[in-house]
Amino acid sequence: MITDRVKKILSGIPTHVVLVGLCLIWLIPTIGLLVTSLRPFQDINQSGWWTALAPPRGAKDYSQTCASCHGSDGKSIATADLTDPELVNKYSRSIKLLAMLKKDIEGEPHLKDAPVPDPQQAADIADYLKRISGIEARPRFTLNNYIDALMGYRGTANYVTDCATGKQALDLKCDTSDLLNPRGMGRAFLNSLLVAIPSTFLPILFAAFAGYAFSWLHFRGRMWLFALLVGLQIVPLQMTLIPISRLYAQLGLSGTFLGVWLFHTGFGLPYAIYLMRNFLGSLPRDLFESAYLDGASHWTAFYRLALPLSTPALASLGIFQFLWIWNDLLVALVFLGGQHPVLTYQISNMVSSLGAGWHLLTAAAFLSMALPMLVFFSLQRYFVRGMLAGAVKG
Amino acid sequence: MATRDDRVPKIMKQGKVVPWLYVAPALLIMTAFIVYPGLNTLVLSFKNADSTQSAATACVPGEPCWGIFENYRYALTAPIMLNAFRNNLLWIILMVGGTVGMGLLIAVLADRVKYEALAKAIIFMPMAISFVGAGIIWKFVYNYGSGQVQIGLLNAILTSLGREPVSWLTEPAINNYALILVGTWMWTGFCMTILSAALKSVPGEILEAARVDGASEWTVFWKIMVPIIMPTIAVVVTSMVINVLKIFDIVYVMTGGNYGTEVIANRMYGEMYISHQSGRSAAIAVILILLTIPFMIWNIRRFREQEAIR
Repeated sequence: MITDRVKKILSGIPTHVVLVGLCLIWLIPTIGLLVTSLRPFQDINQSGWWTALAPPRGAKDYSQTCASCHGSDGKSIATADLTDPELVNKYSRSIKLLAMLKKDIEGEPHLKDAPVPDPQQAADIADYLKRISGIEARPRFTLNNYIDALMGYRGTANYVTDCATGKQALDLKCDTSDLLNPRGMGRAFLNSLLVAIPSTFLPILFAAFAGYAFSWLHFRGRMWLFALLVGLQIVPLQMTLIPISRLYAQLGLSGTFLGVWLFHTGFGLPYAIYLMRNFLGSLPRDLFESAYLDGASHWTAFYRLALPLSTPALASLGIFQFLWIWNDLLVALVFLGGQHPVLTYQISNMVSSLGAGWHLLTAAAFLSMALPMLVFFSLQRYFVRGMLAGAVKG
Repeated sequence: MATRDDRVPKIMKQGKVVPWLYVAPALLIMTAFIVYPGLNTLVLSFKNADSTQSAATACVPGEPCWGIFENYRYALTAPIMLNAFRNNLLWIILMVGGTVGMGLLIAVLADRVKYEALAKAIIFMPMAISFVGAGIIWKFVYNYGSGQVQIGLLNAILTSLGREPVSWLTEPAINNYALILVGTWMWTGFCMTILSAALKSVPGEILEAARVDGASEWTVFWKIMVPIIMPTIAVVVTSMVINVLKIFDIVYVMTGGNYGTEVIANRMYGEMYISHQSGRSAAIAVILILLTIPFMIWNIRRFREQEAIR
């Protein structure tokens, strides 16, 4: 029946409205960040990111007040080409423009019957003229914020301009070595990788060993030892920060990568062992029996059989652990600090030292999010699986 | 246990030493980085600021003193701590309620549309980024401009409606809610995914039967779906409580704990690395673990039960 189908479609509408609405609410803040990070910094503080594609300020006033004589492109009247940069440059302030508008031209009042704009309008028109005449014309979108953030540029213009005019700060060399400037996100990105890769690899390796022993090797007390190790998941990270940072201070490990690797390894292990044991333990027993009958040693069985078969578990675990470390602030803050700033540390530092430098902050935040987003959208299945199983981690 | 031993495959009998070689790296590192420091923190919580003497020496004559539990007296009674506990409670109630409620709503709605995968990916996406990144995203949404132009989305909406802009992050009556909203935005995807998987395991015949009998969608949801997935909801709630108890980064990045937004984990960090009061900091850490343990145990138990059923 057609009416039934119409009814069914109609009854589905609230569902779509609510769901699409929620998805938009979820997306809009991130889109705002992305759009802002791509706008010239002069624009970011002058207008909201949602106006990025709107006509420049003053376009409306210009079309109301001036366009009838000068045309929408400002070129229409022979006596004054409003897009001539030299002419426009004279009206750096709206007062000057207003004075000019009140002057008579060849005995006729400049604006005839049209009302003289108020100062705010005049300022907008002056801005607009600068835009269309090419004096201050700038593209709506730019990658300069990303370059500035990567290089750690903190000046008032941007990295490319300063380097072109030779006005760069002392800590910048204007070549590729700036990518490693300790204040920049380029260096922080590298540091984050240096922290995250070994801190992902080590616990998974050790957990694979232990998981194999707990599922396929027989020794006294393996059940209670397994329960004990997995039970350590309940110890929150905060519980261990003080003694470890004291220990590191004594051993000279504070501020070193080795210290962070070891710490992350320790805290990654309980969950990793739990997952690896569950996975390896669920493999068919016949497999290991026949391998043994064929003369395989425990090492061969582990290396040639157990490891390759557990690729899905290793992938989920690896993605989870990697992103957990990549996104961590607390451990990096305590054990690495400013000596080897990672992305999260660098950004949180920029928040406190830069105030409202939104062009740098937004670009920096997006740089730090780029890799997780890539991993998320390309390996979604493994990612979600690892996340769900491990969300209660310390 | 001889019979059980016989069933153990031969390959598992590798002598007494070999298994321990496999376990040793994990065992050593976990002892050094979890067991030892955990116990050490417990000891430190009974010591003074630089851990040289008992905590009782920090007592001031004429003022209340709990002797060796002095750090705990501070952690449980100081006004700044009480404020942190209050905030954490607010976080737990609102963020757990918000994430689980929204997660359930989205899971139910997404189940009925063709673009389910896309909708879920959008809601889950914030889980991939850091708290720091999310902090920047929302700091920008909450941005408060003192001049004419509002570049923060929320204040732009307010002013376009003719209202006064609000300083969301510094206004003590609002800022905690503003921060909790960020946490909810991040973690709803987590709740949604688990609850959605549970909803899909509800047998379709039961739902159909109820609908044929004339039950409304509302009744089907509350009287059939919710009771069936109740164990999962419980696990999600406890997991979220544990997560929220340990919340740190959002507050650290967005307000630095100022304007009355501190939570327990921020206090712990502040006592240690800003005030250099390691005893107090350790006491706060111990309280934090004591608060999480009941939820953890309950959670693991429920999780095991569910695994056993599956």
